[in-house]
Amino acid sequence: MTDYGAFAAGPLFGLPLPELWFALVFAILGTFLFLDGFDFGAGALFATREDDEERETILAAIGPFWDGNEVWLVVFGGALFAAFPAVYANLFSRNYLLLFGVLAALILRGLAPEMYEQRHDTAWQRWWGRSFVTGSVLAPFLLGVFTANWLTGSGALLTPAGVAVGLALVALTVVSGAAFLRVKTTGSLREDVRQTGERALVAYLGLVVVALGLVALSTPRLAAAVTTPPVLVLVATSVGLGAGYMAALRTGRDLLALVASGLLTYGLVAVVALLLYPLVDPGSGLSISEAIIAPLALNIMSVASALLLPLVVTYFVVLYSAFSGPVQPTESY
Amino acid sequence: MVDPVIASRVQFALTTIVHIIFPVMSMGLAPFLVYFTWREVRGSEAVYEQLRRFWTKIFAVSFVVGTVTGIVLEFEFGTNFAAFSTFAGELFGGPLATEGMMAFMLEATFLGIFVFGRERVSDRLYFVSSLAVAAGTWLSAVWILIANSWMQLPRGYELVERGGQTVVHLTDPLAAYLNPRFMFMYVHMQNAAVESVALFMAGVAAYHIFKHYVWGYSVQEVDFWEKTLKIAIVALLITAPLQVLHGDMYARHVHETQPQKFAAMEAVWETDSYVPEYLIAFPTSLDDITNPRAKELFGLGIPGGASWLASGGDPQATIRGLNSFDTEAPPVAIVFWSFRAMVGLGFWFILLAFWGGYRWWRGELLEDDLLHKALMGSSLLGILAVELGWVVTEVGRQPWVVQGVLKTADGVSPGLTGTEATITLAGFVMAYASLLALYSYVVARIIRAGPPSTEELRTFVTEADEPTAGAPGDD
Repeated sequence: MTDYGAFAAGPLFGLPLPELWFALVFAILGTFLFLDGFDFGAGALFATREDDEERETILAAIGPFWDGNEVWLVVFGGALFAAFPAVYANLFSRNYLLLFGVLAALILRGLAPEMYEQRHDTAWQRWWGRSFVTGSVLAPFLLGVFTANWLTGSGALLTPAGVAVGLALVALTVVSGAAFLRVKTTGSLREDVRQTGERALVAYLGLVVVALGLVALSTPRLAAAVTTPPVLVLVATSVGLGAGYMAALRTGRDLLALVASGLLTYGLVAVVALLLYPLVDPGSGLSISEAIIAPLALNIMSVASALLLPLVVTYFVVLYSAFSGPVQPTESY
Repeated sequence: MVDPVIASRVQFALTTIVHIIFPVMSMGLAPFLVYFTWREVRGSEAVYEQLRRFWTKIFAVSFVVGTVTGIVLEFEFGTNFAAFSTFAGELFGGPLATEGMMAFMLEATFLGIFVFGRERVSDRLYFVSSLAVAAGTWLSAVWILIANSWMQLPRGYELVERGGQTVVHLTDPLAAYLNPRFMFMYVHMQNAAVESVALFMAGVAAYHIFKHYVWGYSVQEVDFWEKTLKIAIVALLITAPLQVLHGDMYARHVHETQPQKFAAMEAVWETDSYVPEYLIAFPTSLDDITNPRAKELFGLGIPGGASWLASGGDPQATIRGLNSFDTEAPPVAIVFWSFRAMVGLGFWFILLAFWGGYRWWRGELLEDDLLHKALMGSSLLGILAVELGWVVTEVGRQPWVVQGVLKTADGVSPGLTGTEATITLAGFVMAYASLLALYSYVVARIIRAGPPSTEELRTFVTEADEPTAGAPGDD
């Protein structure tokens, strides 16, 4: 047998790897919720457009990106499984039906853009348009419910806190979706989504406060935690980012607004992570140190991720720069 | 309500069986697309651009359906097989996460460029994208099969107590991940994917050629289909004989490392030497229906054949029987018949390859109606053979989920209720049936529509010559 020496004895370079992986898992979740979030938001905004050409434009805008964006969900699942297998098992089996709901929504949403382009008659496109909108709204809603259940340790299908976080997440995807469509489109579509984005932002900020209140009420453990300085600072920062978002949209700096919506998403996930810490799964009472895998496996995963994640970021830079600027509705293969 | 263990097993089997179709299509098409793209950007005849565009459509649909069905599989480890995930997660989670980061990311991002970017990026980047997509699909299989081969042949670990549970602790990653089973599985799987797609291509091309020359329909782009058929035959001539060759080595390896599975493949109940290889075997009584080699059977066997196969050339070799194992046998009839059907198909594909090759060499490729019918009828048989192979692999190792270490029944989520499992199982049966129907419908439409005509290609060229909107960094 090979001797793995110090590599098997403890964390590499004495780094706090378990805590870093806890942060990484949530950073990946945030990246998924932001990137696929603006796809979801574009899907929700699809419902507000009647014009065929505008609808095609929305699909063309997310066309090259959404597949890659959705892979962040797979990576999130993989990272949680690899670093905290017991959490993955407990959390996923406890939220059994909820997660199958998420999968159903993702299937509806994922098939829709591809199918929509296959035939050009009204009935077919109306059906896949509905599928696209339903999946795009339902997926973030159920993921929000899942996140709330994770935080509170609840195994119930729907709780008031779950509904609030779900709605907040839907609102947030519309916020980013509007900014994304502003970047990718021109004309009346670009003009009209601004107002929807701003309204969604106000709704989002309101829903976050409501959600935090409901989380505190439903979970004694978190009652005091939601008013600790770090959480309050994050909430205040979100309000500031919201103001920045509005200002950016009104001055036509849409890319800046998109960045602000991204930071809002990471902020929301950071609040969840902060409230969980040092537990990873309150439902089974597992803390970071109890749920983390042994040093040898952890070191391998850490080295692999340190090598691979910069590459992944490079792929996204190449992809997004190849398709920068507004799209035409006719762009496809 | 169905028992949660049974429901989970059926659900996982169903979702895997449907999912595998789409990775097979992507993995098999990828090398063809790289070749077509290479010829296209090098400025070869227009047919390569037609080929690239036509098969990219089918690739894109397969990828989308593969993605949505693949996320389901990843989630099912947590939702339905939580006990397995907790038990083996330290070793099993790593390959899964690495697949996501290393392979799936590469494939999904560059597919965006490959599908939508022909008019936006340079020829060079476009070709690189086709390579990246292909590398992504092939690397996905590396990590999935590393994980799977460990379940077939677990090593490099020890069992430890953690949080009151017995779990796998990784002690030797090189032994665990560079598992001898992996190479057998990988080569057999990749070659099978290319072979399956070649059969599919040949069938589709034969259909259009047959329609044109035999039924007298006016088919546009007949030259395109002739080219497609020739490319498919070349691929078949390479992959079909190889598949049987390394399949044989793989079977020998299974005999060494998973004797219970091998015994099920041959339906050997009592340990014996000079075991014949039964080509077909039926029990005479329905009571023996799960035992294809029950006494008083009707059978046709090659004397010493199974022993010869197991040992790599010794017809006198001993094969350990199913009754000598402590654990129950896997469902023998399923494994026995799947194995026979798969091997039979493998030989049929070799015959098809040489038949097509011979007609082409004689200059009669477009004239042999029987060949065209055979190719049409065989277009989906490659995928069927892959499915059968996986049935042998996965059903054959039951009752174990991790061979000799953890039984499948002990891997199911402990808190899962029969109601929950039944609801999702019923949902999946409906959803996956619809998915398959939809996928078939869309692919059939693409096939009927055929490739873009050469006039359309010329329009595209003039469009591309104009400056494109939105160069990087102008927003």
